[in-house]
Amino acid sequence: MADSKVAPTPLLKDELDIVIPTIRNLEFLEQWRPYFQPYHLIIVQDGDPSKTIKVPEGFDYELYNRNDINRILGPKASCISFKDSACRCFGFMVSKKKYIFTIDDDCFVAKDPSGKEINALEQHVKNILSPSTPFFFNTLYDPYRDGADFVRGYPFSLREGVPTAVSHGLWLNIPDYDAPTQLVKPLERNTRYVDAVLTIPKGTLFPMCGMNLTFNRELIGPAMYFGLMGDGQPIGRYDDMWAGWCTKVICDHLGYGVKTGLPYIWHSKASNPFVNLKKEYKGIYWQEELIPFFQAVTLPKECTTVPKCYIELSKQVKAKLGKVDDYFNKLADAMVTWIEAWEELNLPAGKSAESTTANGPIPKK
Amino acid sequence: MRTPPSLLSLTVDSALLNLSNISDLSPLPEHILLDLFLKTLRAGKLNEKVLKLFIATGKDEVLALIRSLNIRPIVDPVLPTSKSQLKISDDEIDIVIGALRTDLTAFLNDWRPVFSRFHLIIVKDPDLKEELKIPEGFNVDIYTKSDIDRLVGSSSILFYGYSCRYFGFLVSRNKYIVSVDDDCFPAKDKDGSLVDIVAQHAANLTTPATPFFFNTLYDPYRKGADFVRGYPFSLRSGVQCALSCGLWLNLADYDAPTQALKPEQRNSRYVDAVLTVPARALMPMSGINIAFDRELVGPALFPALRLAGEGKLRWETMEDIWSGMCAKVVCDHLGFGVKSGLPYVWRTERGNAIDSLRKEWEGVKLMEEVVPFFQALRLKRTTVKAEDCVIEVAKEVKEQLGKVDPVFGRAAEAMVDWVRLWRAVGSSSS
Repeated sequence: MADSKVAPTPLLKDELDIVIPTIRNLEFLEQWRPYFQPYHLIIVQDGDPSKTIKVPEGFDYELYNRNDINRILGPKASCISFKDSACRCFGFMVSKKKYIFTIDDDCFVAKDPSGKEINALEQHVKNILSPSTPFFFNTLYDPYRDGADFVRGYPFSLREGVPTAVSHGLWLNIPDYDAPTQLVKPLERNTRYVDAVLTIPKGTLFPMCGMNLTFNRELIGPAMYFGLMGDGQPIGRYDDMWAGWCTKVICDHLGYGVKTGLPYIWHSKASNPFVNLKKEYKGIYWQEELIPFFQAVTLPKECTTVPKCYIELSKQVKAKLGKVDDYFNKLADAMVTWIEAWEELNLPAGKSAESTTANGPIPKK
Repeated sequence: MRTPPSLLSLTVDSALLNLSNISDLSPLPEHILLDLFLKTLRAGKLNEKVLKLFIATGKDEVLALIRSLNIRPIVDPVLPTSKSQLKISDDEIDIVIGALRTDLTAFLNDWRPVFSRFHLIIVKDPDLKEELKIPEGFNVDIYTKSDIDRLVGSSSILFYGYSCRYFGFLVSRNKYIVSVDDDCFPAKDKDGSLVDIVAQHAANLTTPATPFFFNTLYDPYRKGADFVRGYPFSLRSGVQCALSCGLWLNLADYDAPTQALKPEQRNSRYVDAVLTVPARALMPMSGINIAFDRELVGPALFPALRLAGEGKLRWETMEDIWSGMCAKVVCDHLGFGVKSGLPYVWRTERGNAIDSLRKEWEGVKLMEEVVPFFQALRLKRTTVKAEDCVIEVAKEVKEQLGKVDPVFGRAAEAMVDWVRLWRAVGSSSS
């Protein structure tokens, strides 16, 4: 039976890093200040490394630009995208915390229907700290929320749930549509506040958007690779999709949960649909092959850790998707490089920490 | 005297003639590109390939011109989400109510604004002795024990208690059925207006469902929503929705132990969403507020699992949960969709959860056996009709669950009986 939470949500300020990819500026942080200031930020600066991106006063942060990425990863830096927000996954790799919250720099604080500001981070923490229920759908959505519970007929043996690995938030105002939909409906805005969090059932895939996302790095971190996108790549705007499909398949295999729904943020910037169309074009065709591939993926029992699952997945990508386009051969290689880099940077205590000094102030312990 | 054509204009004209041989326009300066584009338009030579050529240059002014002229590149097989909804008329819908109490005056009067346009089928619980009290002004057919006995004859199916409504499903001649428990009343939505459950259920059933891939913005066919980035285009036409499961404000459909533990708990959260329950995901389908396409899945909704201590309160039943799991498996197999979410009804107090605890405990135990069975159940590819699916499920139930508990053996029998009844009495085109 679900407990009703009487205690306030823990802040987790020493256990959670906020990862923000940016190429423009970080002015949006001012609005988030009351919510983000207790936390450590990891800024991944995309684009021209000679540009200085000013971080508003009072935030505790590390900042990495392309030079840092190259220096820290050496030849393995090839797996980190350039000129695409996919570079954010570098921030996931260098973080030392248990949880990651990542948000785009055009996302602001939203208001709920009563006019109250939404503390997105707090809701994400609630989602990630309470179990998920992927094996049986609860018609009243997240049973661990205040005021909700498991419905009649829900098997008691499944009521403990499983650990939540991912909390996927949504967006008010500019919805996350693809280019063709944007072209047909340039004025559509998401105004519907759906007061629900729910677990995506096991075996079901979904399009994971990286704009407003939290995950348990210890549980699923190595699967959150955002692929090869942007400069020099034939595709863009599928980075988070790729990470989401890989992550969901691995979560399903290892018995972790993925939640979606609250919290909402306010997405303010509509990107250019023509530019998007160019980036997504190949993706729109390729996803017709990718979805059946991911739906059919099975991981062997011996894959008991995320890196093992991921390497196995990369082999299958190469074997089955290599013939769709040579890009997938490169992507499969990059997936392996990513895991190698991840393991190098995240080995247990004893390994040197100098290699990860960043451009910004050294993180306080 | 006319100015002779310039070298530049001759070049542009020549380019226009040879457009099909040009693979890259980006080296051209922007003003020449614009000129060429306008000439292409005037000559009627703008097709998809040529448009792509111009877009590929990435030049802002060209793109802005395309935008302002409202030219949209069509990327095959991409199509905008079809908002066309099947139109259904009032006389295609039956409202079926199982009457477990005799005085339905308040119930029907409260539902009058929503129900009065439709044909009502009210089935009186055979255990009730008195006559039903029904207010005037409804187009209603009432069925009682004698009708049931006459039509059904001898059968292993017991139409007592909550199961009486299935008789209504059997005799209905309409395509769509909406059914609510007789202790439910109209709810109010967030704006304070009365929720028209028939309209919402009808909308759910007549727009496609999307069981193969989860849309994070929920039902993409609702106004103001759509499929999100990353949703495969080939899956955007969806499948037919066969079943619409609504929810409950106030007294949610909790089981007895939960309600006994939290007697003050009331559901006040109005979640403004409809979503498709993904294929292969199992769910407890509550019978309190449902609607379905009788032609598609009629045979798959049946009264089969009867608890030994089944009583007259929802906490004391499992028949709808059992039927719903079978229906979901059948829908998954036949490629139909099941939606859950809106509409809400307002459910009122009845009975005491603690008193029901002992009776419901049996149901709770049975669910533990049931879930692994349904999760592993796969029907033969050659089974293509709903009624045949039910027969196949019944066979598996008997073989695999029959030895676990005799109640399953009886359920399997009832399911077979139901299909027989359906074929004899129930099946007819609307």
